[in-house]
Amino acid sequence: MLANQIGYYSLILGLMFSIYLCRVAIRDFNNDDKNVNSKIITLSFLQLTFVIVSFLSLIMSFINSDFSNETVFNNSHTTKPLFYKISGTWGNHEGSLLLWLVVLTLFIFLFLIKSKEEPKKYRILTLLFQQLIIIGFFLFVLMTSNPFNYLFPIPPEGLGLNPILQDPALAIHPPLLYLGYVGSSIIFSASLAAVAQNYVTKEWGQHIKKWVLVSWVFLTIGIMLGSIWAYYELGWGGFWFWDPVENVSLMPWLTLTALLHCILVLEKRGALTSWVVILSITTFTLSMCGTFLVRSGILNSVHTFANDPARGIFILIFLFVLIFLSLGIFFLFHNENDKDSNNFFWLSKESSILVNNWFMMYFLSVVLIGTVYPIFLDVISAEKISVGPPFYNKLIVPFLSPFLLFMAFGPKLKWIKSKIENKRSLTIFLIISVMLTYFVLENITTDILFYTILISAAFFLFFTTSKELFFKKFNNIAQAVAHFGFSLFILSILFNSILSSEITTNIKVGERYNYNDVEILFEKIEEKKESNFNSIIGYFKITNDKGKVVRLNPEIRTYNQPITITSEADIKTTLLEDKFLVMNIVKGNEYFNIRYQVKPFMLWIWISVSILSLSGLISLFKKKHEK
Amino acid sequence: MKNKINLVILFIFIIFCFIIFFKGLNNSNIYTPINNVEKNLPIFKARDFISNTHIDSANIFAEESYYIVNIWASWCAPCRKEHPLLMELQKNKSIKLIGLNYKDNLNNAKKFINELGNPYTKILIDKDGTLSVEFGAYGVPETFLINKDKKIIKKYVGPINQKIVQEIKLIVK
Repeated sequence: MLANQIGYYSLILGLMFSIYLCRVAIRDFNNDDKNVNSKIITLSFLQLTFVIVSFLSLIMSFINSDFSNETVFNNSHTTKPLFYKISGTWGNHEGSLLLWLVVLTLFIFLFLIKSKEEPKKYRILTLLFQQLIIIGFFLFVLMTSNPFNYLFPIPPEGLGLNPILQDPALAIHPPLLYLGYVGSSIIFSASLAAVAQNYVTKEWGQHIKKWVLVSWVFLTIGIMLGSIWAYYELGWGGFWFWDPVENVSLMPWLTLTALLHCILVLEKRGALTSWVVILSITTFTLSMCGTFLVRSGILNSVHTFANDPARGIFILIFLFVLIFLSLGIFFLFHNENDKDSNNFFWLSKESSILVNNWFMMYFLSVVLIGTVYPIFLDVISAEKISVGPPFYNKLIVPFLSPFLLFMAFGPKLKWIKSKIENKRSLTIFLIISVMLTYFVLENITTDILFYTILISAAFFLFFTTSKELFFKKFNNIAQAVAHFGFSLFILSILFNSILSSEITTNIKVGERYNYNDVEILFEKIEEKKESNFNSIIGYFKITNDKGKVVRLNPEIRTYNQPITITSEADIKTTLLEDKFLVMNIVKGNEYFNIRYQVKPFMLWIWISVSILSLSGLISLFKKKHEK
Repeated sequence: MKNKINLVILFIFIIFCFIIFFKGLNNSNIYTPINNVEKNLPIFKARDFISNTHIDSANIFAEESYYIVNIWASWCAPCRKEHPLLMELQKNKSIKLIGLNYKDNLNNAKKFINELGNPYTKILIDKDGTLSVEFGAYGVPETFLINKDKKIIKKYVGPINQKIVQEIKLIVK
């Protein structure tokens, strides 16, 4: 109860600090003093503290199961384990917005203390733009989604957290994703400030690169965790479904990746300034757009916590204010100067990065259209459609092979003007890749031409980057690791999709089922009780064609609050393949529907994404050595 | 000059997006197919929940009154939520409620009814879900309003709410 009050008033104080901070900052902006007024940093720190206090008090309310708080009442229950009580704090609309605020204020504070060498006016402008976003979110939280609404009479018990969200991967997925998502706000503010101050230069590129890297790393890990969760919790046996909510996190990732590459050009050569600014703006806009899409209820998914049009309208207006503001600033202040730095030969690092940009823009537009087109169509013609994986696969996959080839060549080129070196080793690699692919694929797939081109491109990238990584002196280790990780990623995905196999059947206890030399024996079921759910565990013995035996024990859980049935897949992971079994109840209790899948190289998908994130970290910490 | 034209086009495009999203917000995203309203009742035979005997659909909808067919199951959490509203509807004299027990365990279903009350004048067993398919249902819960001419005039996908209850009351008046 007390925590509730503290939380609410800290939130209001935080908003007050925002307004006061803007006042001080504007006054300081016109001041001739060389350094930023130290008061500003103190104020920013205080603002951060109050937001954190507010967030901590919400966590306290969740831990104490204080049902006088509406958010706690709606999303918690006394029988829930402590871990999920805490993670329930951000497993709902109100709490997760509070987390947005924490990250927003944290990033501006870190920015202020980390940017001491930058020009004063630029720092202050960044602060002002960021405060504008922060104030917007404060108002949003306080007006439409106050996490501290008071309930009287106090209900004896809460409604519980959606059971599919009660999962360790999903407990840490939102904070990490937010660090990436919201982290892009600082890139947005900083680039607007830089444009307004005509400061889009090499120095600025070096300074903003850190922030881009931080966002990118967190976003990558966040998306991966969400995907891991979808893989074993949703029980569909896949890791990416082109669901609107997944797309919404992928879109900022694509622009952020393009931005990361442009920043390299800006940092070394001072070119591509428009690209950098536009990409910075789009990244954050897409993050906001994602929030709008999943929070307004315009799309339906596990992430849509509440369907409240008032919230949607607020974010929508806020989003478009930000878009207009940023475009206005861009068109008014931005001028692409230094014409000579934009002069480069067609075969050069700059142009290869431009090619990368255009590929990213293409992928982005495919995902964007697939995500918002159904909404547009619904409004214009009242027709309901849903865009599924075939759309994305058809449009994206054919463009992957040239993209992969460019990725192999690009890093070998030099700045300004270049020619291809080591032609012999590249040709050898290309031939090896094509032959290897052909032999691997010969007996597996029917669509051999298509896959040969695609997979040999992936192998080619794999070989060239491996050579770079393992046999050369490390001139640009982060890049080599990143591209190596990406090639591994594409290879794992491709082989995973080609080699996966699946058996679906209805089976009852004691029964055997044979299919393609695989025998599934349903041995028994057992019941188990936990504090927040009861579960039925199935014991399966699976013998494959080589006589190897695997035992898998999938579960069906019946959660008590709210009453929901979930299927927990049992997955046996090995280095080469995952064996995945999930069961569902059908027709009374006698028969169970089971789905047994063999998914090769699943582990490698996660490993390769981890390598990708690692490369970001390497670049972040090693940046001084590479020249 | 060219720059200005681009700017104007961009501006118009953004405004267009805004309007689309704004309108999209007010659209309901619950999918209601139009072709299923004003449809004749299917003719079927079903087992009665209590007497366990087969009855013809003609006998079920024999009376001159509005009928509501509600598809429910004891394992379905939203059904539990909408149940009090069904109890409220049952008090209305001009409606008769028919429950369609969808793919359920008989004992669990009985427990459900004993615990929360029985709003239905008749409950039919739809053990394998085929009957619900004949009605054109997508899942549970789903509610159909049938007029005196024995035509399905309304269909509500998902749990009903207070607003729907008011709407139904208005129609049957």
